[in-house]
Amino acid sequence: MSDFTTWDILRNLLLATRWTLVLSLISFLGGGILGLAILFLRIGKSPVGRYFARGYVELLQGTPLLMQLFLAFFGLGLFGIDVPAWLAAGAALICWTAAFLVEIWRGCVESIPKGQWEAGQSLALNHVQQMRLIILPQALRIAIPPTAGFSVQVIKGTALTSIIGFVELSKAGTIVTNATFQPFVVYGFVALIYFAVCFPLSKFSKHLERRAAAAYATR
Amino acid sequence: MHYIFDFSWIWDYGPVILKGLFVTVELTLVGAVAGVSLGILCAWIRTLGPEMLRPPVAAYVELIRNTPFMIQLFFIFFGLPSVGVQLSELQAANLAMIINLGAYSCEIIRAGIEATPKGQFEAGAALALRPLQTFRLVILVPALQRIWPALSSQIVIVMLGSAVVSQIAAEDVTFAANFIQSRTFRAFEAYMLSTAIYLLFAIALRQLLNQLGRWIFPKVAAR
Repeated sequence: MSDFTTWDILRNLLLATRWTLVLSLISFLGGGILGLAILFLRIGKSPVGRYFARGYVELLQGTPLLMQLFLAFFGLGLFGIDVPAWLAAGAALICWTAAFLVEIWRGCVESIPKGQWEAGQSLALNHVQQMRLIILPQALRIAIPPTAGFSVQVIKGTALTSIIGFVELSKAGTIVTNATFQPFVVYGFVALIYFAVCFPLSKFSKHLERRAAAAYATR
Repeated sequence: MHYIFDFSWIWDYGPVILKGLFVTVELTLVGAVAGVSLGILCAWIRTLGPEMLRPPVAAYVELIRNTPFMIQLFFIFFGLPSVGVQLSELQAANLAMIINLGAYSCEIIRAGIEATPKGQFEAGAALALRPLQTFRLVILVPALQRIWPALSSQIVIVMLGSAVVSQIAAEDVTFAANFIQSRTFRAFEAYMLSTAIYLLFAIALRQLLNQLGRWIFPKVAAR
């Protein structure tokens, strides 16, 4: 039996961290695109679209991410596809991320004073133009700090994909534990690696928030 | 897609599902009450408490908020026995949820305390209340009232996060679904059912917390 040094443990965990980062990035970008599409339905003119978007958000924010992962894993299988873990993990995380981003961004759009819409209207801009030229550029600035903050939730969310068999940092932690019988050290390292990734992002988001608040205070 | 849904197993596994629901509810209740209490204590330390304790509390809050709940749970359940702390799966699940919610609610409650107008502290001092009395009698309740919606959402998030405790074999709703799918091979149906249970519980919990808020802070409703 081979012996594991502390460095061996850490090296294996760091190698697996790559997959945590890749999955986080895919989920965040994919979730952002899907979220934007649903946001347009949520604040759009069609009642059916609004109803759908509200239901989507309620459903995905009201159920555990773990259940969504299971349903994606076994549900996609019903279509006769052999579902690899990364596909189910990516699909579920994208849908989950989108549901939260829609709500965050909706708050930002709704915080833009109504007069801005009316100003656009008085310039004979149509709904899409008002959105694109007047509302979104302003909403975007407000949206950056909470969006950056939510990216931390996405990274932490990827830990659950280990349960459906995607090998990332958490799964590597379990595998290494099973090989070394040192759960205290291994899970301690896993936690520290997550912390090292998430903490700077949290701080960055706080910093952006403070800067935005200061900008509003001086106006 | 030629898939025929089959829920006929549901009657055979009723007790398993009920037991799972009971465990999830128990974890949520204990986690919410003890977690928010811990959060109040930590928020007090971070805003008004002894300076000496502030750095360790800040470290605790940041450490928990920037690591996944599942890793915290695994560390407590698998890691702590090697330093002599052996917990049952339910104890470990309860402890992890309390520690997790404690950190999040600390930040939420701290925001509520910091938004308290300075005059409130001065009013307490003018009435010759000691600092702790001012906190307990003057500051805390309006601060909680201010952040109650955010705190409610966080409690629901922690409840949904509790699905992970099935991974250390705590017999919650997810554990029941895993058990059923391993017996019946009806994985999709089993997880659909458990998802529906979580959704209904989340809606009920949110309603309950709204009502509770109205009951604890009656003045808000009257205003």
